[in-house]
Amino acid sequence: MTLSINDVKQVAHLAYIKVSEEEAEAALSQLSGIFKLIESMQAVDTSHVEPMSHSQNLVQRLRDDRITESDQRDLCQSIAPQVENGLYLVPKVIE
Amino acid sequence: MQWEIVIGLEVHTQLSTQSKIFSGASTAYGALPNTQASFVDLALPGVLPVLNRGAVERAIKFGLAVNATINSPSIFARKNYFYPDLPKGYQISQYERPIVEGGSIAIQVGETEKTIRLTRAHLEEDAGKSLHEDFHGMSGIDLNRAGTPLLEIVSEPDLRSSAEAVAYAKTLHALVRWIGICDGNMQEGSFRCDANVSVRPRGQEKYGTRCEIKNLNSFRFLEKAIDFEVERQIEILEEGGSIRQETRLFDANKGETRTMRTKEDANDYRYFPDPDLLPVEIAPDWIEQLRVSLPELPQARRERYVTEYGLSGYDAAVLTSSREMADYFEAAAKQLPERVKLCANWIMGDISARLNRDGLDIGECPVGPAHVAQLINRIQDGTISGKAAKTVFESLWQGEQGQDVDAIIEAKGLKQMSDNSALEKLIDDVLAANAQQVADYRGGKEKAFNALVGQVMKAAQGKANPAQVNAMLKEKLG
Amino acid sequence: MFNDSLKQLSERLANREISSVELTTEFLRRIGKLNPQYNAFITVDEEKSLAQARHADQKIAAGETGPLTGIPIAQKDIFCAKGWLTTCGSKMLSNFVSPYDADVIERFNRAGAINIGKTNMDEFAMGSSNETSYFGPVRNPWDAAAVPGGSSGGSACAVAARMAPAATGTDTGGSIRQPAALCGISGIKPTYGAVSRYGMIAFASSLDQGGPMAKSAEDLALMLNVMTGFDERDSTSLQREKEDYGRDLSKPLSGLRIGLPREYFAKGMSSDVEKAIEQALDEYRRLGAETVEVSLPNSPLSIPVYYVLAPAEASSNLSRFDGVRYGYRAQAFQDLAEMYRNTRAEGFGAEVKRRILIGTYVLSHGYYDAYYIKAQKLRRLIAQDFKNAFKQCDVIMGPTTPAVAFDLGEKSSDPIQMYLSDIYTSAANLAGLPGMSIPVGFGDKMRPVGLHIIGDYFSEARMLNIAHQYQLVTDWHQRAPDL
Repeated sequence: MTLSINDVKQVAHLAYIKVSEEEAEAALSQLSGIFKLIESMQAVDTSHVEPMSHSQNLVQRLRDDRITESDQRDLCQSIAPQVENGLYLVPKVIE
Repeated sequence: MQWEIVIGLEVHTQLSTQSKIFSGASTAYGALPNTQASFVDLALPGVLPVLNRGAVERAIKFGLAVNATINSPSIFARKNYFYPDLPKGYQISQYERPIVEGGSIAIQVGETEKTIRLTRAHLEEDAGKSLHEDFHGMSGIDLNRAGTPLLEIVSEPDLRSSAEAVAYAKTLHALVRWIGICDGNMQEGSFRCDANVSVRPRGQEKYGTRCEIKNLNSFRFLEKAIDFEVERQIEILEEGGSIRQETRLFDANKGETRTMRTKEDANDYRYFPDPDLLPVEIAPDWIEQLRVSLPELPQARRERYVTEYGLSGYDAAVLTSSREMADYFEAAAKQLPERVKLCANWIMGDISARLNRDGLDIGECPVGPAHVAQLINRIQDGTISGKAAKTVFESLWQGEQGQDVDAIIEAKGLKQMSDNSALEKLIDDVLAANAQQVADYRGGKEKAFNALVGQVMKAAQGKANPAQVNAMLKEKLG
Repeated sequence: MFNDSLKQLSERLANREISSVELTTEFLRRIGKLNPQYNAFITVDEEKSLAQARHADQKIAAGETGPLTGIPIAQKDIFCAKGWLTTCGSKMLSNFVSPYDADVIERFNRAGAINIGKTNMDEFAMGSSNETSYFGPVRNPWDAAAVPGGSSGGSACAVAARMAPAATGTDTGGSIRQPAALCGISGIKPTYGAVSRYGMIAFASSLDQGGPMAKSAEDLALMLNVMTGFDERDSTSLQREKEDYGRDLSKPLSGLRIGLPREYFAKGMSSDVEKAIEQALDEYRRLGAETVEVSLPNSPLSIPVYYVLAPAEASSNLSRFDGVRYGYRAQAFQDLAEMYRNTRAEGFGAEVKRRILIGTYVLSHGYYDAYYIKAQKLRRLIAQDFKNAFKQCDVIMGPTTPAVAFDLGEKSSDPIQMYLSDIYTSAANLAGLPGMSIPVGFGDKMRPVGLHIIGDYFSEARMLNIAHQYQLVTDWHQRAPDL
């Protein structure tokens, strides 16, 4: 498959990363090379193989429904870019 | 053209756990902003989710209550999108292998029962809240709600009117409260509906293009939004237009829906299994343990009320609209097995009306079912009239006489005249004083009889038993 | 003293030959001298380190000591440490002072170890040369023109240059083993799940694993004893009995079967590396081991599979960096969307953005099955190859890297060449197996060569035994650059 400049822009859009025209061009050539490498996967028949998400065949452990956390707002908000009245401020959210 | 309405609902129910689905922060409503947002909820670098057993348990209970398949293993997936109220930039949800799959719910619309199929119900985490009050042109983000466990219950497009949609939503609402997995508080957002609405020419098999209406947080809004949306779609189609698939918002003030985002702007959510969480195995004995813990379900009770007590489907549905209501009814009915219908009427009539007036739930009713049963008994045995019973009920409500029914009747002098000779004398006096009406009745004017009954009742100051008065009058007038 | 093993340092502290404060001061002084040139540390905080040292001295005085009490340890800047700047090598977190401790940090604190500083690394652990760090590249102590490897390059450099007795690293595709090899030190990535990931800033969750980097296998065992253990805050943490990783160090190697994967020795390895590896294998034969040829037929696919799965997970893991709650926020923007896009464009470096784009692409609608699912299926085949191989051998050996350390700038414009540095290491991450690298000599330009040892699940104690026996009869691990 071949990657287009629009693919790169679309992916950057989805990933919320601003890219300039030149950056998109540069990314295109690099990503195309990487995808050529990745394409080598397609040569192997995996039709009877189950996908593997985790290396250990383990199951999810469950936590008891207990409150273990306390208010750490001041500590957490001391490192926030912008806060007011205990809220994190962001440019206006439009629905 | 005849149009058929097709509706499917997606309902987000907030599960009534103490702590969040993936962190140990409290889920209590109404705390100061961000005081219940833990490191995990804030998505600090390096933090990880651990699944709350209480959330899984509630989801399984729901699955059992609707006769669904409980998937094991069940898988958590990430739904990727950016929004300030979504700290991780993805929501942990389920995509393939949701915890609950299939199942159905029976709803009652008037006297008709209908079965609505469920597609699935999956666990996910709630987002935070964006507050739009003006902070110098900025929005404020409160992440207290982020990570609250939700069970998203998705129905098949089996609903055919807003009335059915409301009936379904109400039944579901009652069910999740009944089995104790959700507090159902709609003002606090514990039960939120999205409606997928489309129309198609009657007889056509293919579904029309649907629109999704988001965040309907009352049954009234659900009904109004669907009605508006159906009309909007029909109007477009009848004018030769076509429906654009989109997500719409209901504006409660204007009573209309408007475009929120079109399919073209729809996100590519890039679902994939969350590598921070492992497959959830649900052992059969855990399921069995939960099955045993479930109370008798509303549908089973509804059916039992019809067969055991001979109630109509409608009455049975009303009386099982909440577990408190059903328990109240049953407690009263158990004491009056012969007068079940009267109990039902009292609960659905006078008691409900009185509760409404004070804005109370039946669980908060100051008059208990035992007192209601005693009250009904006193009507039945002729001690008081139905009218007097209303007075006694109000006294019970106010807590007079230590809520002793007989003491209230006594104190208020509401006892009917059961002494035949006293009543006979009264009747004789009335007949003597109303010779004209007696003559009229004997002359064939039936109406005159009712006037005479009225006169006797008046003379008895309401304490006479109307049935008895009728019988004695008839005898005397030959 | 800078060349002392952890055990020797512990003894000096126990004998009151030196106090923890003195020891810490010595290392801080050495860091002060060498770091300007080698750039191994992003953050050094003398006051914090010395406060810990004073506390350790109290513990030593009270006789409440463990093997690491009072000993300075360098922490990779991927581990959140409360009150410490924790950058992950990124501009995005260049102002992030962590409000909490990673599980690994807690364990070292409980053990009484001293955090001597936070080490430089490739940005978000994405890189094999340490050149992607926002805080500038780290230099190889053996040759300042060479890279130290990555992503745990700062930790490798710190140990090799004797700026710290031992350090922590993390390994997603080779990030402990490759820099350990290029800097001539020892490093082990344990079985996935042995070290908690809580507080370890995620790159690719299903592959990331923390581990120690030190001068010798014996030191690695002491470090592992502290770092590993069940953590209920990490759903993938293994619930196992606590083990002593040093228990088997002195066992003889007679009867050991070493598997040599045909594919690793076929082509791609440079001749200087091959020579050092063959000499090491001869040493093992002298120690009583036998070598058998094994096959890992799907190993050539580990790089493509890795470069689908790791970026996919990373693209999602790095979505939380949005300038809303912590970290960098762009100065200029018109609206919310632009705030996000500019913050992420400015806060992430080129390699991180490249991997986010790859990951976003392979997860996006229409490509998910062809890339992501395909890669997960191949991951299973790669894991099965190892399973089959371990029927014929106890451990697998080969080179850690195809060549010795390359020069700074040599591969930085060619991502694919850079990615191929992990050609021998990433398969162990895909399978979740433990892997380690130990120094076995020098190649071209007198740059170090590392021997790669891959063991079966939970065989760390055996692997450390195998490495230790080699280190008893050789001195490569004791060599240090003359700085």
